[in-house]
Amino acid sequence: MTINWSDYSPADFYDELFSSPGNPRKPARRLISYLKSLRQDEIEQRRQAAEATIRELGVTFTVYTEEGNIDRAWPFDIIPRTIAKKQWDKTAAGLKQRLQALNLFIDDLYHEQKILKDGVVPDYIIKQSKNFRPECVGVSPPFGVWAHICGTDLVRDKDGEFYVLEDNLRVPSGVAYMLENRAITKRVLPDLFEKVHIEPVNDYCERLFDMLISLSPRKIKQPVVVVLTPGIYNSAYFEHAFLAQQMGAELVEGSDLVVQDDCVYMKTVAGLERVDVIYRRIDDMFLDPEVFHPDSVLGVPGLMRAWRKGNVGMANAPGAGVADDKVVYAYVPDIIRYYLDQDPIVPNVETYLCFDDKQREYVLANLDKLVVKPANESGGYGMLIGPHASKKERAEFAELIKANPRNYIAQPTLSLSTAPTLIGNHLEPRHLDLRPFILQSSDIYVTTGGLTRVAMRKGSLVVNSSQGGGSKDTWVVDTEVNY
Amino acid sequence: MLSKVAERVYWTARYIERVENTARLVAVYTNLLLDLPKGVNLGWYNLVRLSCLEDSFMERYKVQDERNVVKFLLADESNPVSVVTSLNMVRENVRTTRDVVPADTWEMINELSIFVSENSAKALNRGQRHDCLEGIIRGCQRINGLLYGTMTHDEAWDFLRLGRNLERADMTTRLLDAGCVAIVQTEANEAAVNARQIIWGNVLRSLGGEQSYRRKLRAAVQGADVAQYLLEDPQFPRTIAHCLNAIADSAAKLPRCEPVSKYIKALQGRIFKGVDYSDLGESTREYLNQLQVELGQLHAVFAKQWFN
Repeated sequence: MTINWSDYSPADFYDELFSSPGNPRKPARRLISYLKSLRQDEIEQRRQAAEATIRELGVTFTVYTEEGNIDRAWPFDIIPRTIAKKQWDKTAAGLKQRLQALNLFIDDLYHEQKILKDGVVPDYIIKQSKNFRPECVGVSPPFGVWAHICGTDLVRDKDGEFYVLEDNLRVPSGVAYMLENRAITKRVLPDLFEKVHIEPVNDYCERLFDMLISLSPRKIKQPVVVVLTPGIYNSAYFEHAFLAQQMGAELVEGSDLVVQDDCVYMKTVAGLERVDVIYRRIDDMFLDPEVFHPDSVLGVPGLMRAWRKGNVGMANAPGAGVADDKVVYAYVPDIIRYYLDQDPIVPNVETYLCFDDKQREYVLANLDKLVVKPANESGGYGMLIGPHASKKERAEFAELIKANPRNYIAQPTLSLSTAPTLIGNHLEPRHLDLRPFILQSSDIYVTTGGLTRVAMRKGSLVVNSSQGGGSKDTWVVDTEVNY
Repeated sequence: MLSKVAERVYWTARYIERVENTARLVAVYTNLLLDLPKGVNLGWYNLVRLSCLEDSFMERYKVQDERNVVKFLLADESNPVSVVTSLNMVRENVRTTRDVVPADTWEMINELSIFVSENSAKALNRGQRHDCLEGIIRGCQRINGLLYGTMTHDEAWDFLRLGRNLERADMTTRLLDAGCVAIVQTEANEAAVNARQIIWGNVLRSLGGEQSYRRKLRAAVQGADVAQYLLEDPQFPRTIAHCLNAIADSAAKLPRCEPVSKYIKALQGRIFKGVDYSDLGESTREYLNQLQVELGQLHAVFAKQWFN
């Protein structure tokens, strides 16, 4: 018995693999015909092989609500998601454009604030921003770049176009899962890699390492790079350990580092060793108890001093999160035009700012149609999905918005695209998004594809791993090479 | 190598050793009680005393019987040095140092943890105790075998070796102490005329040293000889002398080792002075106690030099 592929119907959403029932899109054709050739028990066998691989590789993700269990296996669907290379190349160009503009914006905010003076972006953005750090004013990090690693969330709407949903400029996570997803797929569907021209993803860690090295204040042959983690209870600890291991960098916690004479050192068995670059996976507010939360034990006293003096490179730079704000997001198209004098290549999702009286009025009147998000949260916490919410929840949210309008934005409920996903022994459409990762220092780089996150519950739009989402391997397929 | 990684690797080895030795201790005690004549009652609570855990035992148990003591030593998560707790500590330490030990270590440790959680209840009654303890000891030996066979001899290796040998030396003092306690407690008992040989035979067996002792000394098991053998023999891997040699050897390979090496050398010079093998009673217990303090100080020397 085989899986019945003709039964699969994504209803009226854009489906990543099928243009209509039974009709695969061009980049997915060979994938689908291959999967069709497998019997049901073969598919089940591959699914089990994927699960075993995940356990073997120890790919885990911590969900904060599961007490005591810090090793939840990574939920993975074996059917990849495909994107045509041509469309991807254009999107990648748009992502580079976007990050370049955002870095110019951040650098401007911490120096002359020309964009505010020119009235392109209102200055309440800074005055009321949770992520603007006065401690960073006047600092000039190498290449004028603040956000070195960016994870931008893309969604596809009904029209098949990619839209930017948000930019994660603080400590974006997920790239290790992107790499592991590919490693798993290579093990369970190896035949396909011969048949389909799939763009590789595995150079990310080298690019990351090169980027980090470029931030070293000491121009020496082997600068010391460390990954600074909050520790094993952090949801992304697996990724921290994974990246450190792949780069051959030390994985450190705050207590492993010490600042002396405004330089950062790590404590080794041979004594103190100078650290040149820190890839920090700790939020700004926990970095340095001398400057931020005084009771933080995750950070390193004096770290900000060392960074401000240019004695240590830090990615992302403290304060970069000022542009990781859903209100700033609404202005990104203007920011791109302002600094680069170009039209944005990848569009934003239409966004209403609750701070604006007129727009807020519209939002409050249409809560049942909109998605409302707090400006500064990440991980899908604290948002309202209007069409799925109860009357009571909507009323509560209306009060929250009125009390603190600066803190909320609203967007139309998107028809997120779907892809066929194995549910038990049949296929069902599940909504998904895409998080590519962009690296910038002297050079700029975008991953090929990114991490596809899947809302595993039927009809759900919430793809966040911290909310129980799953994932798929993402294939950028060059259909012009071998079709 | 990061100090913290070194410390975690060191503790990994200590905890693995502790798991094995705790299982050995319970096994040998079970045997000993079977061997001793009827009417000689040693009492299980000695095992708690030997590990200096009276307080945490009393917090949780009223009755000092076999079942409670065995449960406390093997399966009690609130006992800081039980087999279960030690294995949890091994997991936490390896979880964060997986890249410096062979890849299969993590998997084997998980397997052993699963074995213990599924089987420790069996050890509460004597009928199935042997299988459970044997499983634990084998599990530890398998992990050590993996390390011996596949681990590169880098700094991490030497920290593992420091931890393993320090913990091993400490346990040897406790097992010797167990022998002395048994001797003291059975002295007044007329039924226990032959107890001495049984006791010292079991102490040797608990360390897996019976065969090598016999080959070396070619004599009957005798208290004074056993004590001297377990303290001073340079060849058997669980003696104090051997453990200290291994420690000195590994320490000398590590960076900034001079003060540590110097300390160890001085310790080796004085450690066996003044042991009175003729009377294995209170004075020997006093000596063993002092030896444990010395080993504790040695740990502090490591910590000061490398883990801070």
